Amino acid sequence: MDADTNALAYSGRAPGHGVMAARARARGVWYYAETVLRGMRAYFWPILLYSVGQPLIYMVALGIGLGTLVQQGAGSVDGVDYLTFVAPALLVSTVVMSVTAEMTYPVMAGFKWQRLYHAPAASPLEPGQVALGHLVAVVIRFVLQSLVFWLVMLAFGAAPSGWAQSLLVVPVGVLTATAFGAPLQAYAATLRDEGFQFAFIQRFVVMPMFLFAGTFFPLSVLPTYLHWIGWISPVWHGTELARLASYGAPVSPLMLAVHLGFLLALTVGGVLAGVRVYTRRLHS
Amino acid sequence: MSATPVPAPPHTPGPRPFRSLSSGNVGAVLERGFTVIRNQNWMILVSGFFEPVLYLLAMGVGMGGLVGEVVGPGGQPISYAAYIAPALLATSAMNGAIYDSTWNVFFKLRFAKLYQAMLQTSLGPLDVAAGEILMALFRGFVYAVGFLGVLALMGLVTSWWALLMVPVAVLVALGFAALGMGITSFMRTFQQMDLINFAMLPMFLFSATLYPITVYPEPVQWFVMAMPLWHAVELMRQLSVGHLGLVTLVHVGYFLAMTGVGMWLTTVRLRALFLR
Amino acid sequence: MTEPVISAQGLRKEYGDFVAVDGIDFEVHPGESFGLLGPNGAGKSTTMRMIGGTLDRTGGQLRVLGLDPGRQGPEVRAHLGVVPQQDNLDEELRVRENIVMYGRYFGLPRSYLGPKADELLAFAQLEAKAKAKVDNLSGGMKRRLTIARGLVNEPRILLLDEPTTGLDPQARHVLWDRLFRLKEAGTTLVVTTHFMDEAEQLCDRLIVVDHGRIMAEGSPRQLIREHSTREVVEVRFGSQRNAQVVADLEGVGARNEVLPDRILVYTDDGEAALEEISRRGLHPITSLVRRSSLEDVFLRLTGRTLVD
Repeated sequence: MDADTNALAYSGRAPGHGVMAARARARGVWYYAETVLRGMRAYFWPILLYSVGQPLIYMVALGIGLGTLVQQGAGSVDGVDYLTFVAPALLVSTVVMSVTAEMTYPVMAGFKWQRLYHAPAASPLEPGQVALGHLVAVVIRFVLQSLVFWLVMLAFGAAPSGWAQSLLVVPVGVLTATAFGAPLQAYAATLRDEGFQFAFIQRFVVMPMFLFAGTFFPLSVLPTYLHWIGWISPVWHGTELARLASYGAPVSPLMLAVHLGFLLALTVGGVLAGVRVYTRRLHS
Repeated sequence: MSATPVPAPPHTPGPRPFRSLSSGNVGAVLERGFTVIRNQNWMILVSGFFEPVLYLLAMGVGMGGLVGEVVGPGGQPISYAAYIAPALLATSAMNGAIYDSTWNVFFKLRFAKLYQAMLQTSLGPLDVAAGEILMALFRGFVYAVGFLGVLALMGLVTSWWALLMVPVAVLVALGFAALGMGITSFMRTFQQMDLINFAMLPMFLFSATLYPITVYPEPVQWFVMAMPLWHAVELMRQLSVGHLGLVTLVHVGYFLAMTGVGMWLTTVRLRALFLR
Repeated sequence: MTEPVISAQGLRKEYGDFVAVDGIDFEVHPGESFGLLGPNGAGKSTTMRMIGGTLDRTGGQLRVLGLDPGRQGPEVRAHLGVVPQQDNLDEELRVRENIVMYGRYFGLPRSYLGPKADELLAFAQLEAKAKAKVDNLSGGMKRRLTIARGLVNEPRILLLDEPTTGLDPQARHVLWDRLFRLKEAGTTLVVTTHFMDEAEQLCDRLIVVDHGRIMAEGSPRQLIREHSTREVVEVRFGSQRNAQVVADLEGVGARNEVLPDRILVYTDDGEAALEEISRRGLHPITSLVRRSSLEDVFLRLTGRTLVD
């Protein structure tokens, strides 16, 4: 059957083009986020397996297994058993590792490999909305991923402050992921070659943050001249907040403000930079 | 101007059973590999070496403060850094070999279409496979030498046997690379490839790398002991302090067998891998 | 005369020292099929992207449906359908989902998009592929899907950048047929191409561009009449001899053009010219008499061929 081409060009059912533009201006971020989330559906099972399996593996291996050695050595850390100490830090670190994957190669695919961003850029959406839409979709994924991790923590009895207070590890995890992910997204958007820089970021930024920024041992265990690694790492600031939430780790109100301020500043700075870079790249 | 045409050298096929799979010209594949390394940012090669070193510093020095001393292979107490160092070398040999033989091969097959071009020439799939595996071994060798140097600098090498950790790292890499390439021949999509990564993480965390497997119940211990990485870790650990025994041969035997199986699998799957 | 849907005056785009579009003027009228013909790098895609509001101009005036694409990007793009030079379909979505999700960018409700997607798939002859993966489509199918996607918002103007580059002859004809139907339905088409046959098939009116400037403007027939003869004789004497022979061909046609691989003789009567050539004792390896095309117009205007 052949389509009625006249109805195709003008069906009378579509809203006016001015209405389309107004809607896109108002809600464009969500429109693009919807596309990214739909794309993730293709990876639903791997993502779910990862979201559930990763916390279980880390909690058993590093919390219980490594914890046995700590038990025989120092005993407790920061006033709690090792599992409780390391669990909130693992939540923060795993979410940051996931955001690294989401905000590097997929950004490159958007501009270059599959040119995914160029399709919405030709629609009424503005480049800044594309940048934010991608980030929003990723953040939604991390809300779920952090929730799963929190449930695993509860199941292991690794959140002594109770569920109401320890639930705060979820927003903390998401905020930390955004604080690292937004600037990373802006940086990835500036790259024009094949993205070999991502391997460096993995090895020289993400891995050291995971290893040295207070995840497995308090910063105070390291020599003083290495403490700066923690101070400039979103992972350390997020981990301190997550520990406050899950077992009431001693954090002064001043430091609480510093941690939150640092993470929020990175988020806002990253988003602003991202909007700028996306606009420059998609409209030039 | 008249030019005398240079006759092309005669085409010599490989040994009989592999004649349809090989032209005996692995050298060309290796030459390409080294040319790529030369063109590459040298930091890419060097940076791969930092991962185990960073782990050693963080876990050895940082965690060492919380853990103290642990029991070594001979029953004598050793520092936590000395305990995990050989395990990190084994893990890094595994990770490098697996990456080179799975993701690297998958990417070149699917996106770069590199093998397609190679196989349009007189090269056979066996040449391509052997070339990739040899490149993986070369990288594994370089990293192992570098890591051993770091261990020596940190005063963590206490036995001449430790020098054998370098060839053993190459053997471990060979076992994983051969098996990894065979497994890649069954992979069709990215999601399936992710499963490989997903299997590597628990293997690293549970194979007596960071703490002895005696913390697990017995059935779990048996399961871990069936895994290849555990054998690599134990072998390295025994070499690092020079505490060898019959069981050392068992570990070596495990890897020889794994290499054999991997090679066999890769060879029978070559057509499925490259000629699809 | 009706109000133009696109008008450009002195339109200009510079990248540093490089001038991609060097002050061009043109108008596109509603319902017509307007072409930009020129070789690669002539500034066609740059012009298209400025019309589409995804590239800011450096100078001049540009109005699309009375709006300024530089300032009112979303409003302009809401009226447009865009088919870019490189396909940018979402490979993680299925064929039909590609149309639906693209429609969402225009704020279109699902109640509208469901039936619309089906109509568009029928138009693009892809009904059977609705649930297929984009990866498994042929080049021609991907192109048709990209066009179907660009029509989801019922655009007044469809911008097509090199729509058939890379397609086989059969797929090109299927595509031209679809575009012709759209034009019949009243959609304004703006097409860039470096294929003269495509320009002749698709365009009511076109501009010939080179180095960011307009070399000529008119309908394909008009351009051929003004800048070429009725017929052309193509003769080949072998790459070594063409240049020597050309002096002996003087006066056979209105004028001659020597290319590396052949000589073109412009004349109103090709057969007569061919007879004259053999009467002069010249025996080309091959010879061909054909009608003049836009390729000849371009050669006449710029001294270069369209496809190098």
